[in-house]
Amino acid sequence: MTATSDREQMAYISSQAADARVNVELDTGDMTLNIGPQHPATHGTLRIACQLDGEQVVVAEPIMGYMHRGYEKLCEVRTYPQCTTLINRIDWLGSFANEVPFILAAERLMEVEAPPRAQWIRTILFELSRVANLALFLGDMGVQIGALTPVFFAFRDRERVLNQIEEVTGGRFHPNFDRIGGLKDDIPKGWIEETHSVMVKMRTFCDEMEDLLVGNEIFQARCRGVGVIPPEVALSYGLSGANLRASGVDWDLRRDANPGLAWDQVDWRVWTHPDGDSFARYWVRLQETREATRIVDQLLDGIPSGPIMAKVPRIIKVPAGEAYLSTENPLGEMGYYIVSKGDLGPFRVKIRTPSFNNISIVPWVMKGVYVPDVITILGSLYFILGDIDR
Amino acid sequence: MTDETPPEDNAVADEKREALLAGLSESLGEDLVESYLRPHEDLWLRVRSESWQDSIRTAKSAGFEYFGFLSAIDWEIAPEGRYEDTEFDGGLEEEDEEPVEIDTSTGYGGGGSRFQLLVQLYSLSQQIGLILKTDVGEDMTIDTIRDIFAGADWHERETHEMFGVFFRGHPTLQPLYLPTEFEGHPLRKDFPLLARQVKPWPGVVDIEEIPEHLEAQLEAEVMAAFEANGGAS
Repeated sequence: MTATSDREQMAYISSQAADARVNVELDTGDMTLNIGPQHPATHGTLRIACQLDGEQVVVAEPIMGYMHRGYEKLCEVRTYPQCTTLINRIDWLGSFANEVPFILAAERLMEVEAPPRAQWIRTILFELSRVANLALFLGDMGVQIGALTPVFFAFRDRERVLNQIEEVTGGRFHPNFDRIGGLKDDIPKGWIEETHSVMVKMRTFCDEMEDLLVGNEIFQARCRGVGVIPPEVALSYGLSGANLRASGVDWDLRRDANPGLAWDQVDWRVWTHPDGDSFARYWVRLQETREATRIVDQLLDGIPSGPIMAKVPRIIKVPAGEAYLSTENPLGEMGYYIVSKGDLGPFRVKIRTPSFNNISIVPWVMKGVYVPDVITILGSLYFILGDIDR
Repeated sequence: MTDETPPEDNAVADEKREALLAGLSESLGEDLVESYLRPHEDLWLRVRSESWQDSIRTAKSAGFEYFGFLSAIDWEIAPEGRYEDTEFDGGLEEEDEEPVEIDTSTGYGGGGSRFQLLVQLYSLSQQIGLILKTDVGEDMTIDTIRDIFAGADWHERETHEMFGVFFRGHPTLQPLYLPTEFEGHPLRKDFPLLARQVKPWPGVVDIEEIPEHLEAQLEAEVMAAFEANGGAS
């Protein structure tokens, strides 16, 4: 810089500054912020490329495929019983629930029906998966807003449910227990009482979460009125599960399109919330976890006696045809569209996963929200990466 | 639909779906090519591909406002064979000359082309599902339905990269899962699964059939063990 006096320099700077104030808007060009692929809120490797204008999101585009395993293609070269091994790994937090719609779809094509006892135990394990899955969400949502305690509670209590699943199936995460025509095995002795006591503990866990989070001022401030999804938008994006019900749509496949499991044999209700915001999604899931423990309790008391396997051939060949069957999984509607050509394995399997539709609303719902809210909305939409990428 | 349902119930006509089919075939008119109904299970409608958008719109106005999924089926019989028992020589030049063998005979609602598009919709008020299908012609192009169901956006992107179907009017047909430089459409039947070429899958061999007399004996043993446990727990 040329030698100028301090006075001259100050004069120059202030004139420039005045110019800027008067003539030039400060250039606040859009900034790109990458959330993920490695971020605690993404439950895996999901990247959200956010275009920011100041603190507000202009465009949020999820970028995925980091975990695409091509299950639809892999299923085409496997036999039906082999497929369930893969399918377990789609939503790895509620894996037993993944198997059920696939098995039911194959059973529908084969015109086989599992005996009542198998259907009941299926329903119980299904609901246990739901409790295990949603329990993690209930705690994890706290992490998204900076509360660390709930998630430890969640992991502690979820373990109890996983133990019960393990005791029956032998697998904590990937049971691979459902078979075409019934179940691999019966429940062990003493399991019913143990499960009852676990369900009591899980209800206590729900109460704890309610005390810790739902009533919490910070939680309310961060979640109420944030990420509001109106019902007609939710429907046209095909949102399902608690995300749909939190928008006030009273739709639950367990009640409205029961494919033959034992849900219609017990007394329970579908919870909805009219607000459609992050808080509503949390609240609905909390109620659903409670409701699931009640369903399990009732089902445990009424398991019918009888065989657990229908008569199916040893070599499973599914007759030619097409079938779509979906169930209300912990995350939402999970369905399998099976095209069979009467072969040992499916000709084509389309896996309709809840998280794929649930997360496709991200560009819509993130428009105009503030950066910290991106995390709470993502958390409240609740997705599992394996469930998006398949 | 538990075991308690008397078997003759299945024989009863599915009035709900039949009424729906009658109503929809009237409103779709000539656009409806073929339909298939599995009583108490599902309803398939195949519509003309030129009126794909209109048909979806008709269905939506008939109460089918919940978007389930959109995907495609490739009806080609895989050139490598399903169980990879034939050698794959990787000769791309040859492949172009070979006529593509398709078999849509087992598909519900029939079909006349290699690729078929399907959409699953729900009517929440009627508590009923519907599957709409259409043929994808030689030009592999079809109108987008993302303006009718916003959720179809990503499903069309996925179908585009996996099957190579183009959606007319879709602004961002970028790959969703695959890297940008990826070539080919993995879910097409002629796309080889390379892992299987390198190492054959051991699990496809048929297991030996158990002789009938042994099977009966086995079953009796299982039932005896079951009774000994006191039946139900």
